[in-house]
Amino acid sequence: MQAGMQEAAGNPGETYNYRVVRQFAIMTVVWGVVGMLVGVIIAAQLAWPELLPSVPWLSYGRLRPLHTNAVIFAFGGCALFATSYYVVQRTCHVRLVSDRLAGFTFWGWQAVIVLAAVTLPLGMTQGKEYAELEWPIDLLIAVVWVSYAIVFFGTIMKRRIPHIYVANWFFGAFILTVAILHIVNSAFSPASFTKSYSAYAGVQDAMIQWWYGHNAVGFFLTAGFLGMMYYFIPKQAERPVYSYRLSVVHFWALIFTYMWAGPHHLHYTALPDWAQSLGMVFSLILLAPSWGGMINGIMTLAGAWHKLRTDPILKFLVTSLSFYGMSTFEGPMMSIKTVNALSHYTDWTIGHVHSGALGWVGMISIGSMYYLIPRLFGRTGMYSVRAITLHFWVATIGIVLYITSMWIAGVMQGLMWRAVNADGTLTYTFVESVKASWPYYVVRLAGGVLYLGGMLIMCWNVWKTVVGSRPVDAPVPAPTMAHA
Amino acid sequence: MSDFIYSWVGIAIAVVTIVSILACAWFLKANTVRRPSSANSAGNSPGTTGHLWDGDLAEWNNPLPRWWMYLFYITIVFGLLYLALYPGLAVYGGVLGWSSTGQHAAESKRWDSRHAAMFDVYLKQEIPVVARDPAAREMGQRLFVNYCGQCHGSDAGGARGFPNLRDNDWIWGGEPAQVHESIARGRQAMMPPQVESIGAGNVKAVANHVRSLSGLPNDAALAAQGKVKFEQVCVGCHGMDAKGNPALGAPNLADRIWLYGSSEESIIDTITRGRNGVMPAQAEFLGAGKVHLLAAYVWGLSRDAGK
Repeated sequence: MQAGMQEAAGNPGETYNYRVVRQFAIMTVVWGVVGMLVGVIIAAQLAWPELLPSVPWLSYGRLRPLHTNAVIFAFGGCALFATSYYVVQRTCHVRLVSDRLAGFTFWGWQAVIVLAAVTLPLGMTQGKEYAELEWPIDLLIAVVWVSYAIVFFGTIMKRRIPHIYVANWFFGAFILTVAILHIVNSAFSPASFTKSYSAYAGVQDAMIQWWYGHNAVGFFLTAGFLGMMYYFIPKQAERPVYSYRLSVVHFWALIFTYMWAGPHHLHYTALPDWAQSLGMVFSLILLAPSWGGMINGIMTLAGAWHKLRTDPILKFLVTSLSFYGMSTFEGPMMSIKTVNALSHYTDWTIGHVHSGALGWVGMISIGSMYYLIPRLFGRTGMYSVRAITLHFWVATIGIVLYITSMWIAGVMQGLMWRAVNADGTLTYTFVESVKASWPYYVVRLAGGVLYLGGMLIMCWNVWKTVVGSRPVDAPVPAPTMAHA
Repeated sequence: MSDFIYSWVGIAIAVVTIVSILACAWFLKANTVRRPSSANSAGNSPGTTGHLWDGDLAEWNNPLPRWWMYLFYITIVFGLLYLALYPGLAVYGGVLGWSSTGQHAAESKRWDSRHAAMFDVYLKQEIPVVARDPAAREMGQRLFVNYCGQCHGSDAGGARGFPNLRDNDWIWGGEPAQVHESIARGRQAMMPPQVESIGAGNVKAVANHVRSLSGLPNDAALAAQGKVKFEQVCVGCHGMDAKGNPALGAPNLADRIWLYGSSEESIIDTITRGRNGVMPAQAEFLGAGKVHLLAAYVWGLSRDAGK
């Protein structure tokens, strides 16, 4: 080894910052249980509307944003923080640029989550889907997010490996874009400390909101988790990524085309026709770039398929890609105006979202946490591998129940709403379609209970793994020679 | 196009759109290789790019999957064709001249021309005659659950603030012509806030008097005090006998039917803040034929109730 390379190596005794990764990893599991529990409660409310005491704080309209914020930003957000901090260090061969700032992002993000859990049931909201939190919390999010960007990109800048690993492209795009989306969509004029109004009005407001909303899906729930996928699948499969070229092409195509797709949330509304069509066209073009990630992940297993039989972590990771492929096929189809005319405002949309949320986002995060947690706590593996297998099957059955029931309910609602009598009147009243949906709401609840049950199994397994362990901070290695 | 303050914005959007889509195709083409790049290849293996991270993370040098590339190209071609046929380029409406408002107008016209005759045939008959025709009543019911049920309930039983249409109590009159008028031209009820005219201290007393009118439990002393104010202020619309006035839409206060509730609290609220019930006009929206059928259906409901 040359002297010059020695100097570039980690300082003697330098370790990775695993502390912040551990904090976010544990909170991923905790908030996962909380967010999914609220989801189960509101699913039960849809089947039995008078389930809970009739107080405003427990009404569906207030708990629903609590559920979406908890699963997306608390569960998903903590998983993204944990994995991105872990991956950026290990693939740059360098400790995080600032331990204090990283620690601030942890406590800041937890503060945002707790504030959300208090203010949303109290009815404080900006009324923008997935951007409900009132302006003081929005400002805190902006500060935490900028700190996150400084830690992440600062670490990239002092990397000891010249090439930036593909997972970091996706994490980087996610961090940068979410900052822009959040700041633009949350522009407000405050009326009081707990109330503000959007800076935009009418159809412009709707368009900004869904530009934000769809890219929250595209960058928070897709690009960020693709970053996760690109590290944990090749690691767990112990195989190289299938195609470097494919990762380059689908990365740029994905982040470029996602930006245009928002208007498909506003088909047949006051949005000008041309903007709707444009959203639809780019949603269709988005199909191949989305699938690029799935192909690259699944083909990484080429030559290692047998591992799927015995390794439940790999089962989670690869099944998540199947759901990713399925929902990114379904999405472009639903953006086609004629399909959308049937699917819009029905439970089909809810099913679509959950095949992405439970199947893709949930499973890739769960798989990554099962990989990560033993390594962070100095264990060779999770306490119980059989419990991981059980979790996998319980979760998979839960997802299948959830999405099939919502598909049936959604298509049925769409068909009932458009059915007409010989005299041109509607065959069904709205409430008849609600009544007809009831059995599917119960099946959906059962699916949700199973998925939550899986999370509780994970909780127990993590507890058993962590208790009595000695947290470790792995040493930063000397750089390896390029041609291994 | 009227969507933009400056017309060049629309042109710029159209240009950016086309360039963006073509750039996707160019980008795909530029990254197409027939065989794995050979730099690190050994035999049939694609070889890796030579980069290595975190001990064992590497990347194969495989080319783009062909079927995936074709899928990408197909969506691009579809997108360009779609933008040629339909509006999507901000300043260009598309070869087919389609618009969502145009589609809606065409469909409405088609349905109206197909069904107008089915409704309009009853226009020649008086409302009581139509109300006795079973086919007309069935059609009327379907129209009712489509258009009226949201407020009045699919059984026409009403809700708080929305009158029950199955009983014989009519705020605006129950004759066929009056029912027709309510549907066709709508109604705007106006109970003004009365605190100033009767005095804040008398509101509770008047409320007790109002409850006494229909024999509901009340404080007799307060009711007697309220009677004085009632006869000064309220009788103008509700009448000396408190039985209301259909011409003004003033409800009968001497019966047990309450649009906004009969509790003392609710009546105090009505007196203090007033009420403004609105029945929207339907003539322009539904057309004469449907309004006629609905009038007959609604009138028929209460006629049945009276039997």
